[in-house]
Amino acid sequence: MSKEPIIVAQGIGKSFGDFKALTDVSLTVHKGERVVVCGPSGSGKSTLIRCFNGLENHDTGHLTIDGAELYEDAPHIRQLRQDVGMVFQQFNLFPHLTVLENLIIGPMKVRKLSRAQAETTARKYLERVRIPEQAEKRPAQLSGGQQQRVAIARALCMEPRVMLFDEPTSSLDPEMIGEVLDVMVELAQTGMTMVVVTHEMGFARKVADKMVFMEVGRIVEISPPETFFTNPASARARMFLDQILEH
Amino acid sequence: MPSFITKLRWLDWLILVILTGIVGYVVIRVEGTLNYEWRWELIPDYILRYREDRGEWFANLLLQGLFATIRISIYAGILALIFGTVLGIARVSENLTIRLLARTYLELLRNIPPVVIIFIFFFFLSQQLIDALNLNSWSRSIARSDSAPVWEFFFGEMRRFPSLVSGVLVLAMFEAAFVGEIVRAGIQSVPKGQREAARAIGMSRYQEMRFIVMPIALRKVVPPMANQFISLIKDTSIISLISVQELTYKTVELVASTRLIFEAWITTAGFYFVLCFGLSMLFRRLEKSP
Repeated sequence: MSKEPIIVAQGIGKSFGDFKALTDVSLTVHKGERVVVCGPSGSGKSTLIRCFNGLENHDTGHLTIDGAELYEDAPHIRQLRQDVGMVFQQFNLFPHLTVLENLIIGPMKVRKLSRAQAETTARKYLERVRIPEQAEKRPAQLSGGQQQRVAIARALCMEPRVMLFDEPTSSLDPEMIGEVLDVMVELAQTGMTMVVVTHEMGFARKVADKMVFMEVGRIVEISPPETFFTNPASARARMFLDQILEH
Repeated sequence: MPSFITKLRWLDWLILVILTGIVGYVVIRVEGTLNYEWRWELIPDYILRYREDRGEWFANLLLQGLFATIRISIYAGILALIFGTVLGIARVSENLTIRLLARTYLELLRNIPPVVIIFIFFFFLSQQLIDALNLNSWSRSIARSDSAPVWEFFFGEMRRFPSLVSGVLVLAMFEAAFVGEIVRAGIQSVPKGQREAARAIGMSRYQEMRFIVMPIALRKVVPPMANQFISLIKDTSIISLISVQELTYKTVELVASTRLIFEAWITTAGFYFVLCFGLSMLFRRLEKSP
């Protein structure tokens, strides 16, 4: 694994009114690295990764993506988002477009590829997420698990260099979580740089290079998964793990 | 016996009896006190009339009026949709000035009676526009040309074209305010997540609006938009006040020259009802079968 940093956050902070969502958060993600962010709800995990593609603007500190400083209204922010794929908890597929159209609209309108080129890529990724036969359907006709896999394919079609996952399985029925995680594990095996916010500790154990534990807007612990799961440094992380690994 | 009769209970019967009593009383008043002489047999001629000398049917006042109303509704509806969409987008614009201007327009139209608005638009805007474009002499020259029948199919009598234009403009500007509110509601009903997804794949604000937000919003607003179109048809009767020769105006003319007060107005009411109710049933059916 090359050790070139791709996301560098230095002391970033973010407030919503009086509520401090992030306080002095520093984290470096290297190329090809898989980082899993966990912590109790309201700990700022989602806010953190939403900062990584500028969907939230941090108020203080520095954030650079691939060497470019990210700040509010940065002119290069759109350029940057093309290279940073995002998968949301609620899938957020475009309901008026078919699955295939959902996949090609970004490459065509943003990357300015031809329809044929965009379709070839789209079909390749639909194959990869194992739903090539659903290309002509509308999102509403698919199950949650299928929708989330389409959302992953949509992000991949932009050929991003980093993929961000914001609780990708949290709004799925239990029987569909597996199919989405399988796709994510496969993606990890291709060497994609991934930052994943999730409560799926089995997945984390399988793919993570680095575990990040957050609480009330701060990073409490960053450690390799072997240490994190067997002997977490912080008492708070231990408590959290006990709670979620119980069931 | 039809099933609905067995469903009626004593309260329903009481209401029906009272209603029948009221209607009966009005009929007796009209018959006895007003001494009104009904002449329904004259009405069909004012709708469609057979011309003995030329041996052909022609649309008389009421039908001409109905055609004019339909034409005005279609043109004003299309224009109102365009103005309204622009207005709706302006209402949610990032730019404060644009947002305030759109808001001002809406509040003005919402808080001034339609008749007053229509006079103001007429004298201050559409009259000026018609003079500026020299529409009067242009339409008179069309009326005299050979292609007149084609123009008349689309716009009615060409000598009256300027009045039709001001009627359509005035009505479109009036309805645009309400169309704008529908469009705004549609835009705001698009879930935030879908806009974020658009932004997350690198779309600009314009692309996000053009390819994601507007297509979703416009699909959602079809039912309220259909209702607004029916309101527009009814509102066309207001522009009779600025001498646009639509159904209401023609009815006033007919009543003035024939004194067929009740018959003419009842017929006209029937025309409006059939048109609007028919459309509303059609829209309801279309909504159910997507």
